[in-house]
Formats: sequence, C-alpha cells, structure tokens
Amino acid sequence: MIEIENVRKSFGSLEVLKGIDLTVNKGEVLTIIGGSGSGKSTLLTCINGLEPINSGRIVVDGTEVHAKSTDLNKLRRKLGIVFQQWNAFPHLTVLENVMLAPRKVLGLSKAEAEAIAVKQLTHVGLADKLGVYPSRLSGGQQQRMAIARALAMSPDYMLFDEVTSALDPQLVGEVLDTLRMLASEGMTMICVTHEMKFAREVSDRVAFFSKGVMAEIGVPQQIFEAPRNPETAAFVKLTQA
Amino acid sequence: MFSYTFQWKQAFARLPVMLEGAVVTIEIALLSMLIGIALAVLLTGFRLSGNRVLSGIAATWVEIARNTPALFQIYMAHFGLGSFGLHLSPYTSLLLGITFNNAGYLAENFRGALKAIPDTQTRAARSLGMTPVRAFGHVVLPQMLRIAFLPMTNQMVWAILMTSLGITVGMNTDLYGVTQDLNALTFRTFELFALAAVIFYLITKTVQIGARLVAARLFRY
Ligand SMILES: Nc1ncnc2c1ncn2[C@@H]1O[C@H](COP(=O)(O)OP(=O)(O)OP(=O)(O)O)[C@@H](O)[C@H]1O
Ligand SMILES: [Mg+2]
Repeated sequence: MIEIENVRKSFGSLEVLKGIDLTVNKGEVLTIIGGSGSGKSTLLTCINGLEPINSGRIVVDGTEVHAKSTDLNKLRRKLGIVFQQWNAFPHLTVLENVMLAPRKVLGLSKAEAEAIAVKQLTHVGLADKLGVYPSRLSGGQQQRMAIARALAMSPDYMLFDEVTSALDPQLVGEVLDTLRMLASEGMTMICVTHEMKFAREVSDRVAFFSKGVMAEIGVPQQIFEAPRNPETAAFVKLTQA
Repeated sequence: MFSYTFQWKQAFARLPVMLEGAVVTIEIALLSMLIGIALAVLLTGFRLSGNRVLSGIAATWVEIARNTPALFQIYMAHFGLGSFGLHLSPYTSLLLGITFNNAGYLAENFRGALKAIPDTQTRAARSLGMTPVRAFGHVVLPQMLRIAFLPMTNQMVWAILMTSLGITVGMNTDLYGVTQDLNALTFRTFELFALAAVIFYLITKTVQIGARLVAARLFRY
C-alpha cells in the first residue's frame, strides 16, 4: 500500500504539490491525468524518493520514504519506475540493460540475472532483441525494454510517467498493450498518462490533478462521464474533443 | 645554397641512440597522461563540487593550461619553481609541465563529456536501486569515457610532441634532446631531424591507430 498524506513540495518558491492525500492499494491501477505542470511527474519522483518533500509523508508498505533512517536504495527495489524518455542505457545491450540492476543491486550471479532478464524481455515481446544496442530499437521497443528492466527487480509497484508521450502514434499501442498486460496480471500501478481511452479502460480509479492539487478522484466512469469538479469537466471535455 | 650533401649513413648510424631517446619520450608522454587523467578527474570533481575555493582552483588551472604556451608551462615548472628554491631535474620539470597541460585540457574534456550525458541516465540508474557510486561507475563513466576517448587520444599525441620542448629546460635524453645533441656533434642537421620527425610520426600514428582499434572493441554501440 502507498499512503500519501498531505504532501507538499516546492521547487524554490514555486509550490508544485499543495497538500496531496492519496492511498493506492495493492493490486490497484490508478491513473493520474491533468494539465501540464500540475505536479504529476513530481509526485511520482517523490514516491520513490528521487525528490525530497517539504512536508507531509509518503509511506510505502509501512516504510516512510523520506525518513532519514530509510534505505532508499532498498526501498526502490519495490518501486519500478519508467520515465517518458531517455530510459535506455545506450552503452549496454538490451540484455545487459536488464541484467545490470539484478547483478549489481541484488547481487545475483550472471546466470541468474540473465535468466530473469530473458524472462522479462520475453514477457514484453523483445526476446529477439537481446544482443542489440538500444540505438537500434524503436522508441516503443525502448520503452518496453525499460519496463522489462524495472520488472526484473520484481517490484511490488510500478510507476509510469507518460511512457507513451514521446512516441510516434503508431508505436503507442504496443506499449499500452504491455501496460494492459501488467494490469491484468494484478500489478499495482500508478500511471501518469494523456491517453484517456487507456485510462478509462484499465484504471480502477482516476485522479485529476490541477495546479498542484488533486482536484478529483473516482472510478473512471464517474470521472469521465459525471465529473463533479468543473475543472475536471473542462479537462475531460478538452481531451475528448 | 645547395652545397649541403646528404649523408644518410651517418644519421642512420645514430638510430639506436635515437630509439633510446624515443623510449624516454614515450615514457614521459605515458606517465604525463596517466597522472594527467587522474588529476583531470580530480579537477572535474572540484569544478562540480559547488565549493567556490575548489572550483576556483580548478578553473584557474584549466584556464592557464589551455590559454598559455605549453613552452611557458614547462619553463615555469623548471625555472619558475627554481626561483622559489624548488629545483627540479629537466626530466621532472618536463614531466610536470606536460602533466599540468594534460590535466587542464582533459578536465575540460571530461566536463564537456559529463554535460553531454543527460541527468535522466543517473535518475534511471538510481531508480533501479543503485547507489550514487554504482550509478556513476556503471552508467555515467562508461558513456563519459566514450565521449572523451578521442580527445584523450589527441592529448596523448600532443604529449608526445610536447616532449620536444624539453630542450628549453636542458632535457637531453628524450628523442628531441638526443637528436639535438647528435646535431651539435655531427652537424648532420637535416638528416638527423628528418629521421627524428619520422620517428615522431611513427609513434603518433601508432597511438592513433591503436586507439582506433581499442575504441572499436570497447565502444560497439
Ligand atoms: N527539478 C525542477 N526544478 C524546478 N522546477 C521544477 C522541477 N521539476 C518540475 N518543476 C516545475 O514543477 C511544476 C510541476 O512539474 P511536473 O513535471 O510535476 O508537472 P507534470 O504535471 O508532470 O506536467 P507534464 O504533463 O508537462 O509532464 C512545473 O511548473 C515545473 O516547471
Ligand atoms: Mg510530467
């Protein structure tokens, strides 16, 4: 369970998160939608401790992320994250990309790490690209590789930050299919996305962010068909136009 | 004007001595590169440290190394330090001067190379649970080395050529110094220096070709 309690976060004098309260349960798929600059990415990077917060707390399975005593490197094994772009390590082959953290972080042997990497790469449909360098992959393949790399650490949660928005339209589908597959397997996921159709289809709940505030949260049908907050209504209308 | 008659035999007779000089030249260049790389890493760390004193020291070093003649740098290592009572042998002064120059140029190259690697690479590595040191060692450093590899090769070539400046501080065991001494002895100026030039050329070419082979093996992406 991820518990976010009254989290505030500023960059300099700019307050980007203005008191976020949110709980994500095991097995749940939560998508976050909202305008540019509303703080969606910032929230994800706060959840896995890549960014500090100013007040409030984030608790992952009982561990407070920003507590001084927390071993963030250990905590991050539970939290896979895939960013919008530049995820691939260009100097490593696809297989090596996925093997790196299991070997260096989990301390697995080469054979063990390779077995896991091959399994995850097969899972995302890249079994035929093991020895290839990322520069030879399409954007969609690179994103699927990044997903496999995160999965190789056997995380309990996956955070996705607009993983399709840097892709050519024809490559979006294959990545969304991978996310759908993970959702159907019961992975706990927080997906920041601009893909409204996808959000509607796979989410248990959808949260709408606006200017650092979570303006509304609810089941997809409610958010998309009967938004209570006028800003949500305006945003939904805009994205469906 | 054309009364000079070539006597190549005399020059070739000196080849073994000159090759011994070439070994010293290569030795100085190699040492100056190894120490220079270590110092450049340190200077790069200084510049990124955010500490004003440290980054000031590093910036000054880089500025002087890159914007004054190498001859001046070697001269200062010998006569400059000498006037403060620190008397270094020609060998040490030459090594010090070239190392100073290498470190300055390489520090600038390393900084540029680091800048070319997006922050997101470190983020991605950290998000997989890697410590800052691991993330640097496994993700940033290998990419940085690739970018800095060609400049490092060029600097090695420069270091070899810079050894010729040693004669200004009395160096006479390197390739250029040996040639100069032989010239004073035999007056076969053209032949000797032509031969020295060919040896310099062969050394630097070997470095360049070797570097290309190494790069092709190391950087396959
Ligand atoms: N490292 C940073 N330093 C300073 N300001 C930042 C930093 N990261 C984000 N911001 C600012 O914080 C605000 C929220 O950014 P964030 O990236 O979280 O928005 P977002 O909702 O993900 O937007 P988008 O849909 O465009 O990705 C923006 O105004 C952004 O400029
Ligand atoms: Mg964002």
